[in-house]
Amino acid sequence: MIIEKLIFYVFAAILVFAAARVISVRNPVHAALFLVLAFFSSSAIWMLLHAEFLAITLVLVYVGAVMVLFLFVVMMLDINLAVLREGFAHYLPVGILVGLVILAEMLMVVGRWQLDKNVVKTAVETGSNTEAIGKVLYTVYVYPFEIAAVILLVAMIAAITLTMRPKRQNKYQKPEQQVNVKRAERVRLVKMPAEPRE
Amino acid sequence: MTLAVTDFAVVMPEIFLLTMACLVLVIDVYLPETMRNLTYQLSQGTLIGTALFIVAMYPTKPVLAMNNMFVSDQMGALLKLFICGIVFMAFIYSRGYLRDRNLLKGEFFVLGLLATLGMLVMVSAHTFLTIYLGLELLSLSMYALVALNRDSAQSSEAAMKYFVLGALASGMLLYGISIIYGVTGQMDLAAVANAIKADHEHHTALVFGVVFIVVGLGFKFGAVPFHMWVPDVYQGAPTPVTLLISSAPKLAAFAMLMRLLVDGMQHLHADWQGMIIVLSVLSMAIGNLVAIAQSNIKRMLAYSTISHVGFLMLGILTATKTGYAAAMFYTIVYTLMSLGGFGVILLLSRAGFEADKLDDFKGLNARNSWFAFIMLILMLSMAGMPPLLGFWAKWAVLSELINSGFMWIAITAVMFSVIGAYYYLRIIKLMYFDKPEDTNPLTADNDMQVALSVNGLAILFLGLVPQGLLTVCLTSLG
Repeated sequence: MIIEKLIFYVFAAILVFAAARVISVRNPVHAALFLVLAFFSSSAIWMLLHAEFLAITLVLVYVGAVMVLFLFVVMMLDINLAVLREGFAHYLPVGILVGLVILAEMLMVVGRWQLDKNVVKTAVETGSNTEAIGKVLYTVYVYPFEIAAVILLVAMIAAITLTMRPKRQNKYQKPEQQVNVKRAERVRLVKMPAEPRE
Repeated sequence: MTLAVTDFAVVMPEIFLLTMACLVLVIDVYLPETMRNLTYQLSQGTLIGTALFIVAMYPTKPVLAMNNMFVSDQMGALLKLFICGIVFMAFIYSRGYLRDRNLLKGEFFVLGLLATLGMLVMVSAHTFLTIYLGLELLSLSMYALVALNRDSAQSSEAAMKYFVLGALASGMLLYGISIIYGVTGQMDLAAVANAIKADHEHHTALVFGVVFIVVGLGFKFGAVPFHMWVPDVYQGAPTPVTLLISSAPKLAAFAMLMRLLVDGMQHLHADWQGMIIVLSVLSMAIGNLVAIAQSNIKRMLAYSTISHVGFLMLGILTATKTGYAAAMFYTIVYTLMSLGGFGVILLLSRAGFEADKLDDFKGLNARNSWFAFIMLILMLSMAGMPPLLGFWAKWAVLSELINSGFMWIAITAVMFSVIGAYYYLRIIKLMYFDKPEDTNPLTADNDMQVALSVNGLAILFLGLVPQGLLTVCLTSLG
């Protein structure tokens, strides 16, 4: 039990540290890598909760696919961080003040509130986590599952609508027309009076 | 846990709408430019078909389906019918504007239909999960629609603002939902209500969750102090998209509020009542006062929306069934008026001319007296002049408020309505007593002119017999 607690606190500390670094480092590539670290630590915490399916999905999907894609984008776009950070120091005091006020208010409300440990069951009693999710995902949760699918469809339509430019804007040559061109179509002879000498 | 045929029968309108939206999406890709009208006709047919399915499935008592994630009741069916009708009208109004600006693409209609699907899902939601998913489906489609005119810097800025603040609002809502879930251990709204009723030791935690849910709702409604996105998005978005955002989603937001606060948390009403009072009084004050200073009519109508949102929340804070019915009546009336108001802006605009300045309305009577009259009806109705529909909506809400003993709030509401009447009357003054600066004839399509006339006259004639719609709202709440 004590080891489990120790592992939790180690990973939680790494998670908080990595999350803070994501928004504080200057280099966007480092920020993305710290985000990967944050995902790893949170998946380890999920593992402690016996939610191995979610933990593996987090690593596979977010670290394996999303973050790699994200790194590509960051490297290819060459974002100018100096512009992004403009006004950061200017807004920082106000932001910290508002954050502290909200934190103080929340602590005053929930400071003495203890979570009932029996409310949310964590571990699956029999069989594996993956099996349990598989049994309900397409039966009990089929309706929300389908709506989530439609949301992804909307994201796809939106991305294409907002970024795809029609092809006909490209200028390209038509050799068959170029070959057939006549002199009269390209050259125009203009008769001009000679300039008188001064 | 198996699904029966009856489960699918109840969800038929949504299934039909989704299937048709996908079909329109695929057909539109293969259509030659000359047959682009087919996309529009198919989209309109889809909305009519969905409405017919809703009428065919009209429930007599609440029916749960899809493992209790979907509820079909009379309130939902009525709101869904109005949502379909309003999106239908919005599509008619939008066509000319989009065609003139080279924006008449299939994506507008597909995203519009999918946003409608999101609204229907929200209206029929019976768990936190479906409420949130429906909301995201609606919001994502709307973000994309706002940025539809991607060459316009103003539209892109509005879309960005809408997206960031919308994501923040969703985060707030989810945080609140997660706290409520943490305390009750339930997602199903009826089960949440029972758990809250039985729970006595976690009251503080529940109220803590409700705060975040109300903040999320306030953002989505555009209630003060969470209103900052409304004017910028209304002004920046292409007018047809502003029309879509300002009308039908308010019905869905009303349903979401009813499901969350009334179905799920009616036992906490003593706690959320106070929060709603603050939101509604502030919305009426800021909305009406700031609207006076606007010179852009889209921005002015945005602030007018904020004040109307404040007014409709008054009906909800009474926490009585008749109060909810009055709020529902108000929401429906508001969407009809907003539809007409933005419809007139679309009517006046033409290629290269937006008609979004107040001065563009100068001398409308001399140019086209019929549509000046329609705008007169709309503005007087928004201001709450008897015998128009807007008056009866305000009257219904105020009488419920007084019956529940909130006399001082009713007086405040009337005061701000009187202040608000100023900027509605200013438009009437511009239309009837000023010289036109722009003498071009109106060149809208016939179908739009007919639809807009029907829209305006409906507000006049429904105002003469207001009891019908109000009774329908009352009976639909059971």
